[in-house]
Amino acid sequence: MQATRHPCRLKADDLACRRGDRVLFAGLSLTLEPGSACHILGANGIGKSSLIRILAGLALPWVGRVERQGTVGLIDDRLGLDPQLPLGRALHFWARIDDQDASAAAERLGLSDLLDVPVRYLSTGQRKRAALARLIGQQAPIWLLDEPLNGLDSAAAALTMTLATEHLTSGGICIVASHQAFALTGLATLDLADFAA
Amino acid sequence: MIRQLGLILRRDIAVLLLGRQSGAALPILFFLAVAMLFPFAVGPSASVLAQAGGGVIWVAALLAAILPLDRLIEPDIELGFFDQWRLRGLAEEWIVAMRILAHWLSFAPALMLATLPASVLLGLSSANLRIVEVGLLAGTPGLAALGVMIAAITAGLRGGAALAGLLVIPLAVPLLIFGAGSLANGGGSGLALTGAVSLVLLAIAPFAGGAAVRAGKG
Repeated sequence: MQATRHPCRLKADDLACRRGDRVLFAGLSLTLEPGSACHILGANGIGKSSLIRILAGLALPWVGRVERQGTVGLIDDRLGLDPQLPLGRALHFWARIDDQDASAAAERLGLSDLLDVPVRYLSTGQRKRAALARLIGQQAPIWLLDEPLNGLDSAAAALTMTLATEHLTSGGICIVASHQAFALTGLATLDLADFAA
Repeated sequence: MIRQLGLILRRDIAVLLLGRQSGAALPILFFLAVAMLFPFAVGPSASVLAQAGGGVIWVAALLAAILPLDRLIEPDIELGFFDQWRLRGLAEEWIVAMRILAHWLSFAPALMLATLPASVLLGLSSANLRIVEVGLLAGTPGLAALGVMIAAITAGLRGGAALAGLLVIPLAVPLLIFGAGSLANGGGSGLALTGAVSLVLLAIAPFAGGAAVRAGKG
């Protein structure tokens, strides 16, 4: 469904992350080329979300550097949708920022019936689907998904994996941080416990 | 990017005017309440009221501008808006500048309108009313810039709202001195200096506020 994209690439060199006095992980390197995906594993508190934020460029690593080619789309527990607005208008805001049409993505994720419902009344799973609709509309070549399956029912989880697969086949990059299984062909796994300091 | 900033400005105005909790009406009602209480407190002497009235309006305006501080920046960090804007290459400085404009639009025009009934309650002469209105026009952009800057700096801190109020008050003293002081010498230099302080704050705030938001993301 996505048009052909500019080449994208994500390369991290010798990353280390520190939270307070504690070094969460060190010596982490990864390179992702178009069409490749990586699943970041690890127990709670090991630094999955921190790594995602570092890769997104929202946080600075303690050591190391990240090179990004292509824009980044991020899904985490912060929705980025105004809670008091109806879902349709909240998604429309991002659609206009990204200069895209919101309705196709909303329909794909089964949100068409919810567009009049204020975001604050949505359930956890519905919010997650709304965030996915925003992500699809953004058309970013690099997807960073932090716990994308939390709160989703099995149908929505399967849909999420299908969307990620389509994203990869159209030449995108996908990084998933999740403690749940994420079925993607050619998914490399990276266990943060191996880099724990 | 101009188009995107326009969209963000429109959303900011809608959120600050109508959205989240109280909207923009509460600070204005608070402002009017202070203007109404003052005559009860100092008594009905017209000369005392007329002399102190301009200063009271300034103090009330400053306090009214402090009320919405906690919803200027922090909710949008919590909701992830700043993250998403950053990912789209929109610099925090621009976002904060838009927020200052939206904050000013959401309280200053209404405040200047509310000054009309407040001036009647306080028995201000029409000449003094004119000076107060021009002073507010010159001073409120500075108050808006200061408010957004402090809101960005205190976002995410425990007790940030109370701290923000405490931080704004001393920094707003120059605006208050020149703004309310302009009444003593019939406008002129006082108003010019109020405008100058506002311009300085407007020039600093987007950079200080943007840097604060970025540093707070960690």
